Order: sequence, then structure tokens, then C-alpha cells
Amino acid sequence: MKSVLFGLIVALPLVFAQCSKKQDLGGNSEAAQKVYVAPGEHDEYYGFMSGGYSGQMPIYGIPSGRHLYTIPIFSQAPVNGYGYSEETKPMLETSYGFVPWGDAHHPELSQTEGVPDGRWIFINENNTPRIARIDLSTFKTVEIIEIPNSAGNHASSFVTPNTEYVTAATRFSIPIEDGNKDVSIDSYAENFDGTLSFIKVADEGEMSIDFQILVPGYNYDLSHAGKGPSDGWAFYTTYNTEQANTLLEINASKNDKDFIAAVNWKKAAEYAAQGKGKMVEGPHAHNTFDKKTHTATSEILNKVRMLDPRELEGLIYFLPTPKSPHGVDVDPSGRYIVGGGKLATVLPVHSFDKMITAIENEDYETIIDGVPVLNYESVIHAEVKNAGLGPLHTEFDGKGNAYTTAFISSEIVKWSLETFEVTDRIDTYYSPGHLMIPGGDSKKPWGEYLVALNKITKDRYLPTGPELFHSAQLIDISGEKMKLLLDFPTDGEPHYAQAIPAELVTENQVRFYKLDDNEHEYVTKSEKATKVERDGNEVHVYMTAIRSHFTPDNIEGIRVGDEVYFHLTNLEQDWDLPHGFSILGANNAELLVMPGETLTLKWTPQRAGIIPFYCTDFCSALHQEMQGYVRVSPKGSKTPISFGTGK
Amino acid sequence: MNTHSIFAIIVSVFFLAACSSGEQKEGSDTSSSSSKSGLTQFQEKHGIGPYTEKIELGEIDPALVADGDKIFEQNCSACHKIDERYVGPELGNVLNRRSPTFVMNMILNPDAMVKKHPEVRAMLAQYYTPMPNQNLSQDQARAVLEYLRSETK
Repeated sequence: MKSVLFGLIVALPLVFAQCSKKQDLGGNSEAAQKVYVAPGEHDEYYGFMSGGYSGQMPIYGIPSGRHLYTIPIFSQAPVNGYGYSEETKPMLETSYGFVPWGDAHHPELSQTEGVPDGRWIFINENNTPRIARIDLSTFKTVEIIEIPNSAGNHASSFVTPNTEYVTAATRFSIPIEDGNKDVSIDSYAENFDGTLSFIKVADEGEMSIDFQILVPGYNYDLSHAGKGPSDGWAFYTTYNTEQANTLLEINASKNDKDFIAAVNWKKAAEYAAQGKGKMVEGPHAHNTFDKKTHTATSEILNKVRMLDPRELEGLIYFLPTPKSPHGVDVDPSGRYIVGGGKLATVLPVHSFDKMITAIENEDYETIIDGVPVLNYESVIHAEVKNAGLGPLHTEFDGKGNAYTTAFISSEIVKWSLETFEVTDRIDTYYSPGHLMIPGGDSKKPWGEYLVALNKITKDRYLPTGPELFHSAQLIDISGEKMKLLLDFPTDGEPHYAQAIPAELVTENQVRFYKLDDNEHEYVTKSEKATKVERDGNEVHVYMTAIRSHFTPDNIEGIRVGDEVYFHLTNLEQDWDLPHGFSILGANNAELLVMPGETLTLKWTPQRAGIIPFYCTDFCSALHQEMQGYVRVSPKGSKTPISFGTGK
Repeated sequence: MNTHSIFAIIVSVFFLAACSSGEQKEGSDTSSSSSKSGLTQFQEKHGIGPYTEKIELGEIDPALVADGDKIFEQNCSACHKIDERYVGPELGNVLNRRSPTFVMNMILNPDAMVKKHPEVRAMLAQYYTPMPNQNLSQDQARAVLEYLRSETK
């Protein structure tokens, strides 16, 4: 602790000295005080960062930057057995089979009336298109739905203001319409399409694909729903309107303007409810985790409803937007739609009111595949000048200011939603992608802090060889001038992030699972109920753990080549008393079982002999005594099943 | 606090070892440490927990005994047997040793009992595993107590 403080005291003036020309850093003691969360005290905000290519979601306290937990979502987790245990393997099933490692992108909290409500957080998987829902009472992934007719699910998982829908889109267009998909790649313009997907979220959270919209074959990049006056609309950036299929960095950067697609989702939902459009092929996995059985199941659904703008009027419009826009962000009032034109020299701000007027006046430049292209001059409200090089994403503080990341010039640019002029700028280290303000994409941002999610780390921390964690930077936005407060490394590659005042999440926390409510197929609720059952070469061990022993802890009658399922129930009924389980030579994994929970490890013994197992979580002063033995006899031996503890 | 309690455990192990030959001495030993415990007389006799007055018991209620039996089996039997010491002490005679109120407080507030009550702290040296909090409700604990009453010889 002392050395950390000393480090702060020494380091901050150095940073200050180095950067004082460019930055208005707070006094070092002021910055240190603002991020100092005393031992035993809690952070103001939960920060949910995407883990990017780790497929998970690390959680950080804000403002301290403490790493609190990592939620396993799209990847197997060698911490608690997620994706390895029999109960959780179905969560990683897809229409392509089991996918052990995914690429997570944009977390988005569920909202009520346009404000994050702390019930759930969604996040998308880009590579094998999926959306997950995490229950914030347990911080567990409880549902994953695959998005069919999609490739590169990037413009996701953004919610509508009352979490009616969470949306997704194809980043990579591909041949989608039923029929022959085995076409030459250079027939892109002729055969490739995109889709936008609307996943309905039921009151209890369950997701289902309500409809998809067939759209021209561009790349669909990011999204945000409208709010307030623009509630009922959702916006998607496009690039590669050139429809290039090779060397996109040149070939998809030719047009001066691409589009922001504006979707009237309320209208689309009406069409879907009326049975418009058609049901098309769309195999997709739907995986749900049952709270009562502590067990996930996976089913494959085959059809989805596709709406076609060529047949259904008023679904979607294109707003010309310079140039290869990346982010699309709607201000808290819902009146302005900001495009992050990463190759543009200005930051375009469209007006929702103007857009509606242009639609009413049929003020179209042209119509592409049933999608009217509105006149740029009719919808543009302002062009923010000097907004940095490579503007990507914008968030808002709820006080009339917008903040945009500029990747190439490595800075955050603050600008006014009244004058549309830049009012402040601060360097970041280095090259921010997304940025996050608590509630910063919602109707009521909490403001106060901004986190720059930097893509390049280089020399910010002690080096760890060629591979580095990414670098987040906490910036104070409570005053007129932005002030850098803190650097902290983040696991994986945080794309987007979200934050919410801690109390909105802590009030619903589950501390442990009630044994009485455990309806797992193989639950063992008392030591009396423990047993070992053989069925052919399948052996089920109904096992319990409590400080500091397993029951049974001596098992005989197992044979080489058996498939042994250890169903371990943790009998503890108190907060933070997990027990672990590992067995010598396990080719699968270990388990970490929470109080009142049941998890299953499958084990195939390979060698005759005595095989020890033990608790991997230091559970008590007698943790080292928490162990057991399995006697494995050769194949075909007649050793009878026997088991027990303390006998 | 941790170093404190570890120190206390070491000290009590030492005492226990020193006194294990005579029950008389063990008794006098606990009473001497309890005088330094800072507990009230009530707490010394009836434990530290939600019950700050002696609970009143009526006739044994067979329905409550049956409830208590089930709760005991799920939440307690991994460590306690009625007729023998297991991980924790045998409980068939616990009500001959402890007041019903003490038993209730022990079930409902084991963490504080282990840390603060000198007799329970001394038991840690004998049984090693601190009693876990199984988060029973007061009604559930009462049912367990009824079950233990029914098993008392």
C-alpha cells in the first residue's frame, strides 16, 4: 500500500511534468484523491468492459480501476469451469457445433425509459454471430442466441429504450437469400446482402429473433437506437457502399459518403406482427441457463422472419454520411444523430426532425434496393470542424456536451451540442477506440467520468513482453476542462464499455444459491443422499462438499474407460464459500462450485491405480485435508462399487 | 483481528493441551477466560446472537420435530451426528450441556460465537473446523432445536 502511494506521489508529478504542455492535469494530489477508494470502501460505479477477443466481460470499479471480476460468456473459462462443466457446455453450442472461444464486442445495459436499469447486460459475439444476456443479480450468462443470416455481428448489442429489442447487423455481407450460396466472391454486387436483426426481449429477459430486414450488401458497422422524439427508430452505420470484396482499405474508401441507415423499428415490428415478409432458412442456436436446475440447454431453431424493404414501405432510409462512418450515437435529447466518419474531416450531426421532414417530402437522392436515400443537405444539422483525426465514437454527459474519440490524433475532443464547436481536447495514450461515460449513450447520462478505451498501450506500464493488456484512461469530465485522473490496464481488448451507479446493481445481488431451490437433476442435498451409481460404463457420483470434506471421499469400483460424472453439490449456505474440485489426469477441467450450486465434471480414467482428488479453493483452515481417493481397477475387473466418508 | 484470533487459538490449544488430563481444570480454565471476555453473564450462558432473552419451550411438538429432522439432515448432518462426534460434537446430548437459547444462537450466529465466546473458541481447538453459517431462519433453527430436544437422552 505504502509503495503504491509512494508510486503515485512519485509518478504523478512526472506525468504532469511530461504532459503539462498539452494537458490540464489536476494537481497530483487532487487526481489521486479522486480515484482513491479506501480499503473496505466501494467504487461509485460498476464498469462493464468488453473483453474483446477474450470473449468475456471483465468488470472494473470506477473510479479506482480495480478489476472486480470477469464474467465468462463466449469462451470457456479456466476459473470456474464455464464451458467445461456439463451444465454450462450447452451455452457455447451454435449451429456450427461447440465454439469454445468467441470475440466479444459491445456491452449494453438493459434500459427502462431510456435509462440503464441494472437488470441485465447484453453483449455481442462478432465472429459466430450471437448475443448474450447476463443476469446482474448473479453476474452469470443466462442466455445466448445465435443470429442467422449474418457474418461478423458487429453493430450489436444495442437496446431500444425499454429493452423491447436488442439489435444486431451483418458487418460482412454474404449471399443470404435462399438458394445457391456457392457463388464467386467477385459476384459481390450481384449476390451479397446484409441483414439487420431485431431480437425481442421478453419481460423476464428471454430473447427470440422477431424479424430480420434484408438490406443492400454493404458493411454494417455500429448502431444505436433513437430515444425521446426518435424512439421507435434505430440507426446503423454502413461502409463499403462501394461493394468491394478485396483490399477494402483502398477499395472501400473511395466514396465521399456512405450511409447511416435509419430503421423505423416500430413499423417493422407491426409488419412482423401482421405476418408480413416471409419465413426463411436461418438455423440458429438458442441456449438458456435455468436458474433452478443450474443447467443450460441448447436448441436449434431453423426459420426466421425476413422483411424486405423492396416489398414493405417505410421500413428504412439512408442518410448520406461522410466518410466510412464507424460509430453512430444519438444524443440524450434524441434529436441528433452523430456519425463518426473515420476518414472524414468533419463530424457530421444529423437532425432527427429534418430526417422526418425529408421523409415526408420524399426528398430522395435515389432509391437503392427499396431503400430511399435522403438528401444530405436536407438531413445534416451541423458539421463539427476540427474534431480530430479519425473520429470514431461519441458519448454525452447530459449537460449539453459531446465527447468524441479521435483514433489517429489520439485524443478526446469535447464539443457543444448548442454551438457544435469544439470546446476542449485532451490527449490519450494511445489511440482511443470507444469511450464510455456512465449512462453516456442513454437518455440520462450520469456524467462525471469518462473512460477512454485505448487500443495501443506501448510504454504506459511495466512491459510484459510483446503482448500487453490494453490501456484505459479515466478522465474527469465534471468541470469545463477534462482532466486525466488514472491509467489502468484492461484484460483483452475492451471495445465498448458501460457503467452504472453501483447501488442499481448491488441491491439485487444474490449471495448464494438456496439449496432448497436447487432442482438440478443430480443434486445431492444431504450426505445421506450421496451415492455412486453405475449404468453400463457410465458412473454417476452424487457428491457433496462442505468445510472441509467431500462425501463420498473414498470411491472404489471404477474401471479404466468408464465415463465418470462427478455431480458436486456445495452444501454451504453462506456467502463466498465456494469449493473446488479437481482430479488427477482430468482431461477436461476443474470445477468451482458456489454454495447451494451443483456442477458436473466428466472424467474418463485412463490408468488403473489410486487417483486422488481435492478441493482447489482454499475454503478453510483444513482445506488441505479436503481430499479423497478413487480406486480405478483395470477394464473388466469385478471390484464392486463402494463409497463413503469417515468410515 | 485475524492475528488476534489465531493468537487466541494458539493460546487455547496450549491451555487445552496443558489441561487435558483433568476435566475440573478445563472447567475452571474456561471460566477464568470468560471473565476477561467482555461478554454479559447472559451471553456467557446463552450465547451471542439474535436471542437476548431465554426462549420458552413447551411440550415437544412432533410436527416441528419432523421439520427439524429434515432441516438437520440437509444443513447439519454433514458435520454433526446425534450419537457420535463427527466433524463437530455429537448432538444427542447437547441440551444437557447447553441451554436451548445457547443452541439457537450457535446455529444462527456461528461466526461471532466462534470468534467471541470463550467456550466456543476453546472448542475450535478441539474440533478444528469452525461451524459454518448455514443461514437458517429463526423458525428453521427452532425446528432443529425441537428435533434435538426429541433426540436428547
